[in-house]
Amino acid sequence: MPELDFEIVTLGHGSGGKLTNDLLDKGVFNLFENDALQQRHDGAFLDLEGKIAFTTDSFVVNPIFFPGGNIGELAVNGTVNDLAMCGAVPKYISLGLIIEEGMKMDDLWEVLAGVKVSADKVGVQIVTGDTKVVEKGKGDQIFINTTGIGVVHPDVDFRMERIEAGDKVIISGPLAAHGMAIMSVREGLTFESDILSDTRPLNGMTSALLEKFGRDIKLLRDPTRGGVATVLNEIAKSGKVGVELTEKHFPINKQVSAACEMLGLDPLYVANEGIFLAVVNNDIAESFLTIIKTFDYGKEASIVGEVIAEHPGKVFMKSTIGGRRVVGMMAGEQLPRIC
Amino acid sequence: MKYLEEFRDEQQVKKLLDEIHKIVTREWHIMEICGGQTHSLVKNGILNLLPGNIIMIHGPGCPVCVTPIGMIDRAVELALKKDVILCSFGDMVRVPGSEMSLLKAKAMGADVRIVYSPLDALKIAADHSDREVVFFAVGFETTAPANALSVVQAKKADIHNYSILTSHVLVPPAMEAILSDEETRIHGFLAAGHVCTIMGSEEYEPISNKYKVPIIITGFEPVDLLHGIKSCVRQLEKGTYLLDNQYKRVVKHEGNKEAKSIIYEIFEIGDREWRGIGMIPSSGYQVRKEYSAFDAMRKFAIKVAEGKENPECMAGQVLKGLKKPHECPLFGNICTPSNPQGAPMVSSEGSCAAYYHFGYESVQKN
Repeated sequence: MPELDFEIVTLGHGSGGKLTNDLLDKGVFNLFENDALQQRHDGAFLDLEGKIAFTTDSFVVNPIFFPGGNIGELAVNGTVNDLAMCGAVPKYISLGLIIEEGMKMDDLWEVLAGVKVSADKVGVQIVTGDTKVVEKGKGDQIFINTTGIGVVHPDVDFRMERIEAGDKVIISGPLAAHGMAIMSVREGLTFESDILSDTRPLNGMTSALLEKFGRDIKLLRDPTRGGVATVLNEIAKSGKVGVELTEKHFPINKQVSAACEMLGLDPLYVANEGIFLAVVNNDIAESFLTIIKTFDYGKEASIVGEVIAEHPGKVFMKSTIGGRRVVGMMAGEQLPRIC
Repeated sequence: MKYLEEFRDEQQVKKLLDEIHKIVTREWHIMEICGGQTHSLVKNGILNLLPGNIIMIHGPGCPVCVTPIGMIDRAVELALKKDVILCSFGDMVRVPGSEMSLLKAKAMGADVRIVYSPLDALKIAADHSDREVVFFAVGFETTAPANALSVVQAKKADIHNYSILTSHVLVPPAMEAILSDEETRIHGFLAAGHVCTIMGSEEYEPISNKYKVPIIITGFEPVDLLHGIKSCVRQLEKGTYLLDNQYKRVVKHEGNKEAKSIIYEIFEIGDREWRGIGMIPSSGYQVRKEYSAFDAMRKFAIKVAEGKENPECMAGQVLKGLKKPHECPLFGNICTPSNPQGAPMVSSEGSCAAYYHFGYESVQKN
């Protein structure tokens, strides 16, 4: 942590004057040091080859520190994962900070350290950014925007119209951890648990799987807000196919499941930050599963459903007891500001 | 998960279903009282595993659904006051009032906070002594002990800026109102396990005797519900009408005495309006005079006016089991969970919302 004269962020730190420079020089530039940043230009000059994926996401999670991570880690992993879902290798990220006056410097550095650690883990560079400070009460400590650029794997061909009856739906890990971790620490909703957010980068797994299976992977999606049910409904609707799921094949942590029971939430609609859904050709489904299980983040992967020709636009669930129900779009809102 | 997984066992379910199929000889209409039971029947896909001549009617047991629109208007009115923090269960904030929901009031600047327990609201009151904290206390007998406890603790801790806006309803009077309605055709009931945990099974014996209907107290898991349905059908086929407690692992004859005593310390029984059904005599709790200081109705001199309802909405008939949700002309087009027109579409436990959410295809017989 750099030595700075202030214990809290003031409006001056966003003014563009000396305080801003101090903050950037001693803090941000040192922390994220790389060639593009060193140029100190208004933007970054980048070398890229091939097809490019480009994505942006804003992070407003409350609280900014939560079990299993912080808003900084989430902001990097979230954008990295959006690129991974495009079948891309994440290369560069921008970092936009909107800080509320009065935020503790210690907290800001902890968030930035989260950004740094997560970026280094994936090998992406923070190449450009922006810092603004808003008056007390006009923000909630810190909001972060990250925009990411990645190079798309040459075999990627993700189109809804390629999804057809017989394809398998695979989930990479246990569901609902992030949403329940946030919920466990929300004012007025707190409950004691060891549930940790699943925020983590997925690009290592997706790159390896694309290298091996190429075009047989028809779609990758990360089920963040709205959860698994929302993504599957989108697939069913735009792919004009039906999806049939099997409840007992869904991996879920016992504590997460118990917390969902207690709060009356359906884990299919709870947010995730570290799993993905893949729709793959039936022929490779089993070997896809074998490979994904060799990764730390894929040990609990499971084939959870199948694409069917009947009932286009609908998602069904075979319940544990052998009944059948429709899994609809999310009705009403879950807890807001989960990411 | 102990006490859960064994009640979701596929083999047990199959066995019970086989038995039910064997004993039923004619059409029976069975009402499950509680929204939690409805939700479980639909979510687990049980309805279309039952014999075609067992018709499950979804009862009024969703407290959020039956809270009158006039009460929501009052909550909104309070929330919009500058010095008030209004605390509510999550489901309640989405319910539209005549003008707006609490969620919309929040968007307009009202301080509305979602809590899971009135004791969390009490803590907010202790932390904000310069503001008035009002907890929107809705629910059946199940939530009454915690709501009452919050008042007891507020008094003990000298927290004067805390009060509750009460819209508490009681199950037995609603059952009697439904049974007394000449249009209803209900042959048996599955009574709600959680309510009976507090109040005991003893409250239901007089009803089964007076109206000659079997009443089975059940839990909420598939095996619980099927045990209940089997017991009910068996009685109907035999012509008996006994109270049967199928949730003995939780429900005692006399209920939870401590919880009941705390309820009666704070509340007394009074008439209550049910959204979709109307006024039912002696069907709710109101705060006793001795605790007026903690009663938001008295503290803020609130009068409940009649709210505006959509005249085409069939909520009343749905709540009484005369119509199925999808038979309403508004269902699924004008009336959806994000824009509910009537009570049962409001909460995820309401029968219209359950049909909408899980698709009414899942609940129609094959």
